[in-house]
Amino acid sequence: MSDTSDIVAPRKPTFAGLRLTRTAIFAGSVLLFWLVLALFGPWIAPHGEAEIISGQTFAPIGEGGLLGTDKLGRDVLSRLIYGVRTTLLLALVTTVISFAIGVTLGFAAAILKGWFDIVVSRIVEAFMAFPSTLLALVVIGAFGTSITVLVLTVGLVLSTSVFRVSRALGYDIGVMDFVEAARARGEGTWWILTREILPNSTAPLIAEFGLRFTFSILFLSGLSFLGLGVQEPAADWGLMVQENVGGLFLGSSAALIPAACIASLTVSMNLLVDWFQQRQQGETVLEKIDQ
Amino acid sequence: MTDILTIKHLRVEGHPPGGAYVPIVKDVSLNVGKGEVLALIGESGSGKSTISLAAMGFARPGCRIAQGEVWLNGRDIMALSPRDRHALRGDEVSYVAQSAAASFNPALRIGRQVIEAPLWHGAGDASTLTADAVNLYRKLDLPNPETVGQKFPHQVSGGQLQRLMAAMAMSCGPDLMILDEPTTALDVTTQIEVLKAFKDIIRDQGTAAIYVTHDLAVVAQVADRILVLKNGEMVEAGPTDQILHDPQRDYTKTLMAAVRPAPHLVNHRDTVAARPPVVSARTLTAGYGTVTVLSDVSIDVPAASVVGVIGESGCGKSTLARVVAGLTPLRKGEIMLDGKAVAPNLADRPREALKDCQIVFQMADTALNPRHRISDILGRPLEFYQGRKGSARADRVGDLLELVDLPRSFASRYPGELSGGQKQRINLARALAADPKVILCDEVTSALDTVVAAGVIDLLKALKDRLGVAYMFISHDLSTVASFADEVVVLYAGRVVEKGPSKAVFSPPFHPYTKLLLSSVPEMQQGWLEGVANTIEAKAASAGSVVIGAKGCPFSNRCALAIAGTCETVVPPVRELSGGLQIACHLAADHLPLS
Repeated sequence: MSDTSDIVAPRKPTFAGLRLTRTAIFAGSVLLFWLVLALFGPWIAPHGEAEIISGQTFAPIGEGGLLGTDKLGRDVLSRLIYGVRTTLLLALVTTVISFAIGVTLGFAAAILKGWFDIVVSRIVEAFMAFPSTLLALVVIGAFGTSITVLVLTVGLVLSTSVFRVSRALGYDIGVMDFVEAARARGEGTWWILTREILPNSTAPLIAEFGLRFTFSILFLSGLSFLGLGVQEPAADWGLMVQENVGGLFLGSSAALIPAACIASLTVSMNLLVDWFQQRQQGETVLEKIDQ
Repeated sequence: MTDILTIKHLRVEGHPPGGAYVPIVKDVSLNVGKGEVLALIGESGSGKSTISLAAMGFARPGCRIAQGEVWLNGRDIMALSPRDRHALRGDEVSYVAQSAAASFNPALRIGRQVIEAPLWHGAGDASTLTADAVNLYRKLDLPNPETVGQKFPHQVSGGQLQRLMAAMAMSCGPDLMILDEPTTALDVTTQIEVLKAFKDIIRDQGTAAIYVTHDLAVVAQVADRILVLKNGEMVEAGPTDQILHDPQRDYTKTLMAAVRPAPHLVNHRDTVAARPPVVSARTLTAGYGTVTVLSDVSIDVPAASVVGVIGESGCGKSTLARVVAGLTPLRKGEIMLDGKAVAPNLADRPREALKDCQIVFQMADTALNPRHRISDILGRPLEFYQGRKGSARADRVGDLLELVDLPRSFASRYPGELSGGQKQRINLARALAADPKVILCDEVTSALDTVVAAGVIDLLKALKDRLGVAYMFISHDLSTVASFADEVVVLYAGRVVEKGPSKAVFSPPFHPYTKLLLSSVPEMQQGWLEGVANTIEAKAASAGSVVIGAKGCPFSNRCALAIAGTCETVVPPVRELSGGLQIACHLAADHLPLS
């Protein structure tokens, strides 16, 4: 007797089954819009990044520039367009750094276990116990406000939660039978990590990347607002909020516009991650129906 | 007879995320009368659980009852409001799930959970309901009925928990009880007590019941009528006797044919001439943390033969396989592979030794990396052990697929695109790719449907004859082991209680535990349960539970023949009997049980 004739609906473990929803399309479009602006900003922006275009500071929308002017009479629209570059690039670099540190240490801890896991986990917990903004303030205060220090500090702070997620994934997948089978075959740690565990962690890690990216934007904007992040005359959304916050009392929207842009970026990213995670869980619901 | 439940032209549909609805159950009609037990049988995916849930007017998330009527006590429950339907559940219809352990809240005392439903339905106050519950415990033959409700779920055995689950289901005095594979997760010796309790309480209360299972021998014990299902459609319905002995449809006949005869009814081959052992393990002792799971286990697997390892869950069967494979560290003892001593830890074993001894796991799903194609899964050991690459590797992958009766085209597939039986064949092919001398098969057929499992066993037999590979075949299914193994080792609580050629192990004299195991395997005849459940052995066995790390004989607390003062304190001697049989027991050879 053979069961080879069984008909099984093809179900590839890829992302091919991801179906777009209206929310996903909307969130994706917003992100794409900002990405295009970031890439082609200098050609699109009507004025220079720090160019003063008007004698009138805090000019309202439509007067001076399309979105008004800021506290020095610079074009808000142009600074916004230059700012998206800085904001996205810094967020991307910090997130990549946090993943490089967090994923490496997290999976190493899950596979090597023992004292390595204990030591690294305790250090990470000590970092997590410290309020992250305070930690960043102290480090940047000590080493000075340069982009390198900023990016490394934020990357390190964010890497703690990436570490927790990677370690948990490594532990969960590390006890699966296919990993045991690889161990029984005599495979080394590197093979088990890169060929058995990592390919099965991509979906949760992608979701985590999205969340960390969002958090990174907020964190960097927060630091810029406190004056510890990007320095003038460079444009950055968080910095723009800080520069122009005084204008609020004069009825200027120069601080509100970059704030709204930060919100649009982070909310869209979150929506996209939510959609992705739901789709991933959808796969497991399907498996249950199969039985 | 008045019908408690009538289902007419039921159609249930489910949808994959974002996909269109596809039918899971198509045009099923059934009825259950008062005091009647209807069994739904079929393989996984046949829709039997879906139908039983629909009897409560419920569909799983992602599913919907698309068509049909469900009449309970003369009311169409599909026409009721969700609130009224909710009120019905527990009160008029109740549900017993497969895993009692997963159905109880581990943080609450059992008694409180049993009376939760009647309390919610306002059937009385807590003290009268608790008194009712104690009566139920007594009817279900639970030990210490007065105090068992005070315990937490982890403090009672699996069999007791399953009976408590029945008490929970009966607490409102429902008219219909739905039992979804309630004994599938239990060991054979525990299954008997639970089946007996279910049967008695259904008869006493005159409850109608739907019993969902894939085990025909169990059905023979409890059901009045049987409904056979395949792919969500009715195949055949009729009285138990007729379905079991005179099936009309081909599919039902196939199901019956896949049932293996009871172990003592098998014609065992005579012992093969002594061959050199490929695995020879001496006095293995191993465990996790402070618990010793295996103590002093010695086992030999001769070349090109099958050694069956049997015993209930928690007896150390899987640990034995893992220790031999080097996955679990050894505390004491020695392992020889193909005549050469090997390191207990697999990191210290040479690649040649790793190649010779391959392991196949129980869960076919989790043993295959879902992100690798079959060509990579099978190709990796070829590359790793034999250095095959490119077309040599691809050719061999195709050959391996053919070896396990799968088409060569499967190489480009992912595990998710295969059925359970096909996945297990891939697991087997991966082990064969190493060209091993012995394969450790850890419950390889336990998670498969009967018909599919029979196919895998036939394949294992054919491969052994063709390739001369030996198997250490671990299983709790005695019938399969009896039909397949040349030699058998019986484990209990991490110790070998009996071993020898199959013929000798499955015929008298027996170790008392082997006898209990053998007599507990359900037989395909009605009335078998009543006969066996009342024996002294069964009663003694259900009184105790497995004790790991006992001082004397681990089975002494469940043994009807235990010698007080000796068995529980002194490790039993190993008695060498005729035909190569070894039994570890204090009873003299002529006092061992015979039938």
